[in-house]
Amino acid sequence: MDKVKVEICCGTACYLLGAVHLMELEAQLPPEMRERVAFEAKSCLGQCENDRLGGAPFVRFNGTEMMSRATPGAVMARLRELLGLEVA
Amino acid sequence: MLTATTAIRRELLIRLVRAFDADSLNTELDRIPVKLRPKNDPSSRCCIYHDRAVLKYRLMSLLGVSPREETDEAKTLGQYWQEKAAAAETSTPAASAQPLSPLCVCEAACSGCPDSRVVSTENCRGCFARPCMYNCPKKAISIVDGHSVVDQSLCIKCGKCIQACPYHAIVKTSVPCEEACPVGAIKKNEHGFAEIDFTRCVYCGKCLVHCPFGAVVERSQLLDLLLAMRRGEKIVAMVAPACGSQFPGTVEQLLSACAKAGFADVMEVALGAELTTKHETAEFLERLEKDPKMLMTTSCCPAYVNLVTKHVPTFLPHVSTTPSPMVYAKQLAQEKTPGIKTAFIGPCVAKRDEAQRTGVDFVLSFEELGALFAGRGIDVMACEPWPVARPACATARGYAHSCGVTEAVLAEATERVPGFKLDAKQINGLDKKTAMQLKLYGMGKLPGNFLEVMACSGGCEKGPCALK
Repeated sequence: MDKVKVEICCGTACYLLGAVHLMELEAQLPPEMRERVAFEAKSCLGQCENDRLGGAPFVRFNGTEMMSRATPGAVMARLRELLGLEVA
Repeated sequence: MLTATTAIRRELLIRLVRAFDADSLNTELDRIPVKLRPKNDPSSRCCIYHDRAVLKYRLMSLLGVSPREETDEAKTLGQYWQEKAAAAETSTPAASAQPLSPLCVCEAACSGCPDSRVVSTENCRGCFARPCMYNCPKKAISIVDGHSVVDQSLCIKCGKCIQACPYHAIVKTSVPCEEACPVGAIKKNEHGFAEIDFTRCVYCGKCLVHCPFGAVVERSQLLDLLLAMRRGEKIVAMVAPACGSQFPGTVEQLLSACAKAGFADVMEVALGAELTTKHETAEFLERLEKDPKMLMTTSCCPAYVNLVTKHVPTFLPHVSTTPSPMVYAKQLAQEKTPGIKTAFIGPCVAKRDEAQRTGVDFVLSFEELGALFAGRGIDVMACEPWPVARPACATARGYAHSCGVTEAVLAEATERVPGFKLDAKQINGLDKKTAMQLKLYGMGKLPGNFLEVMACSGGCEKGPCALK
């Protein structure tokens, strides 16, 4: 089965607005998810132009689905959905 | 820790930098509160209008105007900006004779938390044992309709009942700013809002961190700095030792990022810390020779020095007179390039005050520097390392964490006097308890011969304006 790809924008704006805490998620994955998710820190994904700045930090799932205002809880919940696991 | 308060402050800072660079502050400033809280959007406070008002005051403080100084409520942010830009056309406005306070309470954001009380909650089961009643030294607890009730006129808030209750039914409500302040400098005014008493305030920044309403705001110099850069003034970025843990990438990459952001030169303040270590150790050994029973304390934490000056003046003779790393860094920068303007970049509120008294032109927080990077599309990780003449030594970079100054002085002293033993103690973080401890020291109860005091628990890298 393909892994779910999670790209975390680590441009300075996203970094300041919370991406630094998203990077810690990888280490906190429960065992049943560990092998099925691939995290990647990306340089600026270019999402934060002026009026969309409030949407930072941005995370992209599987190369297409963009999540704004990403928090560790929201990323984890979406990952469980994508993996077909029960959403806690 | 990132909270909605820090996030909004950072977002506003980034927007400010972008609008400055686009030359659109004039029109953009007054639009930002509306953009962030448009009609029909959910509000964080009672309504979007209150949110917008608070945002206006936050922006005002980022323009360098304390909300306390507001005289005309109808004055727009655009007008504040125009005044500032006009005044800065030729040179940085002369520093005022009285240092400007770096902090203030924004009343619009203050929730006016009710005074701290011990109260019984609905968790109370009205149990048979009633440990709360039995443990209360003031007989302040009675049982009414099967539930415990605390008589506020008798309660002394000792907390014995809180500890005794097996249901966690009794709680102490708190006023976070008042609780966090080590020196009792923040109290409610006649309108019921928090207000800082600047005769007592030591600018440690604890209230800034602890207010959950984000009501304490900093007076920013970011735009003053940007205006000076635009005028073509040469400014050196002096990055505090705490920078190592703040941004992704290395210290050398961070220095490059600063140069990219528009600074004419860049340097580590840790190079200044090397001089502080050298002189402070010499001072220490000299004092020890004169009086083997003496105690000397560090002087690099400005909040601590303020605390001694304002609250324990009898202890002042024990504080080292060696200048702080920031002051030495400024000297080094100006020896290298006479006339260059200096900008200290760090995690500290109190440095904003110290800088005004020591002739450092600008102070930026790591947050403000980060916003400058974000606004100008600079990623520290993507920068080439800056070609430093030499990196600062490890003990100097270590100034940013608790025990770091002690380690540096001990290493230096051992080098001068082989086998030297330092009887060192540390105060790692100022709070009400350690402030009291310092008062006891002031009365002559001295611990050891070397005392390191850092206002922030964990050292500067855990400072109020740190990024992590």
